[in-house]
Amino acid sequence: MANTPEDLAYTKDHEWIRAKGDLATVGITDYAQKQLGDVVYVELPKVGDRFEATEPFGSVESVKAVSEIYMPVTGSVVEVNETLNDSPEQINEDPYGDGWLIVVKMENPAQADGLLTSAEYEDYIKAEAGE
Amino acid sequence: MRYIPTSPAERISMLREIGCERIEDLFDQVPEKLRMDHPIGIGHPISEPELIEFFNRLASKNGTNNQFFLGAGAYSHFIPVVIDSLISRSEFLTAYTPYQPELSQGTLQYVFEFQTMVAQLTGMEVANASLYDGSTAVAEAVLMADRVTKRNKYLIAETVHPQYREVVTAYTRNLGVTVDYIQVGPTGAIDPEALAVDDRTAAVVVQSPNFFGCIEDLKSIADAAHRAGALLIVAVAEPLSLGVLKPPGHCGADIVVGEGQALGIPLSFGGPYLGLFATLEKYLRQMPGRLVGETSDHHGNRGYVLTLSTREQHIRREKATSNICTNQGLFALMATIYLATMGRRGLQEVARQNLQKSHYAAKKIAGLRGYQLRYSAQFFNEFVVKTPIPAAELVDRLIEKDIVAGLPLEDYYPDMRDSLLICVTETAKKEAIDKFAAELGRIV
Amino acid sequence: MKRAGENIKKATTHVVQNEGLLFEVSRPGKKGYSLPDLDVPEVAEKELLDLAVTRADDLEYLPELSEVDVIRHFTRLSTWNYGIDAGMYPLGSCTMKYNPRINERVARIEGLAGLHPMAPDRLAQGALEVILRLEEALGKITGLSAVTVQPAAGAHGELTGMMMIRAALTERGNPRKKVLIPDSAHGTNPASAVICGYTVETVPSNSVGCTDMAALTSMMTEDVAALMLTNPNTLGKFERNIVEICELVHARGGFVYMDGANMNALVGVVRPASTGIDVMHMNLHKTFSTPHGGGGPGSGPVAVSAELEPYLPYPRVVRRQDGSLAMDYNRPRSVGRIRAFYGNFGVLIRALAFILTHGDEGLREMTEAAVLNANYIAYHLKDTYEIPYPGRVMHEVIFSDKWQTRHGVRNSDIAKRLIDYGFYPPTMSFPLIVPGAIMVEPTESEGREELDLFIDAMKSINEEAARDPQLLKDAPFTTKVGRLDEVSAARKPVLRWRPGAESKREQG
Repeated sequence: MANTPEDLAYTKDHEWIRAKGDLATVGITDYAQKQLGDVVYVELPKVGDRFEATEPFGSVESVKAVSEIYMPVTGSVVEVNETLNDSPEQINEDPYGDGWLIVVKMENPAQADGLLTSAEYEDYIKAEAGE
Repeated sequence: MRYIPTSPAERISMLREIGCERIEDLFDQVPEKLRMDHPIGIGHPISEPELIEFFNRLASKNGTNNQFFLGAGAYSHFIPVVIDSLISRSEFLTAYTPYQPELSQGTLQYVFEFQTMVAQLTGMEVANASLYDGSTAVAEAVLMADRVTKRNKYLIAETVHPQYREVVTAYTRNLGVTVDYIQVGPTGAIDPEALAVDDRTAAVVVQSPNFFGCIEDLKSIADAAHRAGALLIVAVAEPLSLGVLKPPGHCGADIVVGEGQALGIPLSFGGPYLGLFATLEKYLRQMPGRLVGETSDHHGNRGYVLTLSTREQHIRREKATSNICTNQGLFALMATIYLATMGRRGLQEVARQNLQKSHYAAKKIAGLRGYQLRYSAQFFNEFVVKTPIPAAELVDRLIEKDIVAGLPLEDYYPDMRDSLLICVTETAKKEAIDKFAAELGRIV
Repeated sequence: MKRAGENIKKATTHVVQNEGLLFEVSRPGKKGYSLPDLDVPEVAEKELLDLAVTRADDLEYLPELSEVDVIRHFTRLSTWNYGIDAGMYPLGSCTMKYNPRINERVARIEGLAGLHPMAPDRLAQGALEVILRLEEALGKITGLSAVTVQPAAGAHGELTGMMMIRAALTERGNPRKKVLIPDSAHGTNPASAVICGYTVETVPSNSVGCTDMAALTSMMTEDVAALMLTNPNTLGKFERNIVEICELVHARGGFVYMDGANMNALVGVVRPASTGIDVMHMNLHKTFSTPHGGGGPGSGPVAVSAELEPYLPYPRVVRRQDGSLAMDYNRPRSVGRIRAFYGNFGVLIRALAFILTHGDEGLREMTEAAVLNANYIAYHLKDTYEIPYPGRVMHEVIFSDKWQTRHGVRNSDIAKRLIDYGFYPPTMSFPLIVPGAIMVEPTESEGREELDLFIDAMKSINEEAARDPQLLKDAPFTTKVGRLDEVSAARKPVLRWRPGAESKREQG
């Protein structure tokens, strides 16, 4: 049973976003990290890189799989979680805390409102698992 | 058929057991019109003794009894007898790729040893489990430099083996890559001052010793490349030279590729050979090919596994660092056994003998009337000689004396009709070298 | 006792030697090599090489071993491996068959093994004939017009074939942009297409495991250069619509590339050319028995239709007027050179020996026995493991772990437990479209006893999964190492020995 904090917004690609003003912290969900298994490596963008919403901005690797990670909103990267280079397991251990990936400056903070609520995301993953 | 362990009667019984009447029923998925109704057309089976006779006959049509002074990317060296004995062990010969590590620790450990020694020899930080051969390794290095620098212009020395350059052309034709060639300098090596590297150059590609046998000034070339943010890729076609020469890794190379055939692998008319690939740790995830890593099991026992597989085609598919799957496993083992047997001192000794014999030969030949060394750059075991008659004709005439004098360079450099590439290794006895020089002298 | 058991008939435990790394066994002053003395007058090295180009590290850390150490070291390592000579190796799509020893013998004949690739043609007539004869034989087997034996492996063959397709389309005026590849394809297919400058689109498989014709019809546009197909496919099924598929692709100006990895189901029974394909590769290290060698060398010859013949890589072996053989470099429309020299010659000899030993009758028998063995396994295990695409199979059968997952075990656990039963596990988790896939290809090299032992083992493991799933999860118990920590190996890669390196527990 995956953990889905209520104060975050979610995407169908299993990213979460914590918005404060025009800044947003982005990561992958507990469901995603469970599917992936032990994370061995994370490929992250550089500070200053700009991406459109739904564009891939990096990837997360386990031993036998690679998953791309997609931008929930349009914006530029202002911070990158460098600790993941040495400790990628944080994504498994604390996906919503220490496992954060990047912080972006949103070009249009209203975009975050269009994402899934925790309840909507939970329904979504239940349906996906049920297939 | 002696390779099929089920007898004809057993097969009939098995067919009945699974509910089939005839063997043809097994192919009922295949539309009738596609099923062959006549034999393939190869002929009847031949017996073991007849097969041996057949291949003996073909072998006798090859001129291996001649004394060869040929190098040009494939080198005749003494091959320790223990190599064949060990690689014939069926647990090495008939094993699969080590995807199930618990049943493949033999393979995985020797690959780990191979990776270590390739890195040590080339002076680099990390090496892979092998690629097909030297030529495709160069092509893979070029593709990797593209990924690392995100640039797509290359400077490739014309002293890189011509066949390696042709392979790079074929591989990069459809990838929007530009290649400029660096001319050979008057000494036989390229001139580092004349390198037109700029901020669009992904890499400079050279070979050392180069196709003409000359040793390149790798340090200066590395500096020139790095000043422009480009990588230096060095190809080594004759890895025994690393027994005595400063390795590219100690000269600033970013990627070292090579042909490992000289490390205990028979000439075998050009294959299978062994592609070597080594680079710096910072480029690890852009590296093609398999990698074996050290780890432990849950009891704490040391073991080895294939690792960083997410770079490869079976996981990353169209975004993989390469399409390579099967590589040269058994031949990496041959090289590992060669290096283990020769060891540190043996490698130095055999390199020394190559150096001494080739220089002895070069001096003798250069002393003949009508002959001279074409280049002044230092060399290891290959050198180019200017010949008094067209080199191709000279080679033809010397075959009558059971000597293959070398490679006429006209084959690859059309304006070098009077140039012959000669290779002398530890396998050439003094008498053979003396006879060679005498016959060359007789030509004039 | 967990690991032994009355059900495990094929395997038992036995003492096996430990052995460290070469660098750990090395001792200064040990010598393993033998060279004649230098017989030319020696010149001081510094007169031949400047200090600037001379190696300065004295080859520090390269090992020093006696010949006995070398023999012991590698012999011990070999005992930790499982090879096809020990027993069945049911890896789907790998065709792990017997590697005949006569092939090893003829490949070592000095006149073949010792020939320099740059030897003038007149000194290489025997070698050129080996190449020509193999090309002719593969041409007859495939029914296609011309063959190149240059590619070093299947993936290399795929790359070559796709390059030729692109060259042909370019000559026609438009190389096009995309390649269509089924969702069940081997990863080398898309990887090879991309090197040729194409993007890849995935064609779905239908409910019987074949290409979805409706999807293909809508995807096959004039932007598509080629369709890459494996036939039979990785689900062990013959593409029954192959003729229609080829006609469709051709009608829209594209080419069909066939991945011939599964030729062990077709030789002597179906000529791929008759299905309409334009180009294909074969894997000599699969169908034609050349040894897998722990990961190569292989060989991936490519056969093409007459239309694609001009684009074959150079050089080609040709027969001159006087009957002699030569290398022809005059091929202006060729895709160029895809490797130095001519091919994995040593592998070519072995494949030719295999083909000649079998002859027409033997090759057909090989295919029939391979397909029979796979169907025999499918029949006897169909009530034990789910077969997602039921019905007749060709040379391999795909099971899934679906019925076992309800006990909490997965295909990888079944694989690890099968090791204790004395088998190398089948291919796991491929193709990607079958969750929990277990792909079994016995080949013709298995006798009834071995097949029955495999069937019994798989049935026993199924029972164990229900009774004691933890047994599977902790397996294997009887190998030199247990399950290895692949996560740490990927997080903190250790890819070479370094002096001073300590293992977590020193091995003997």
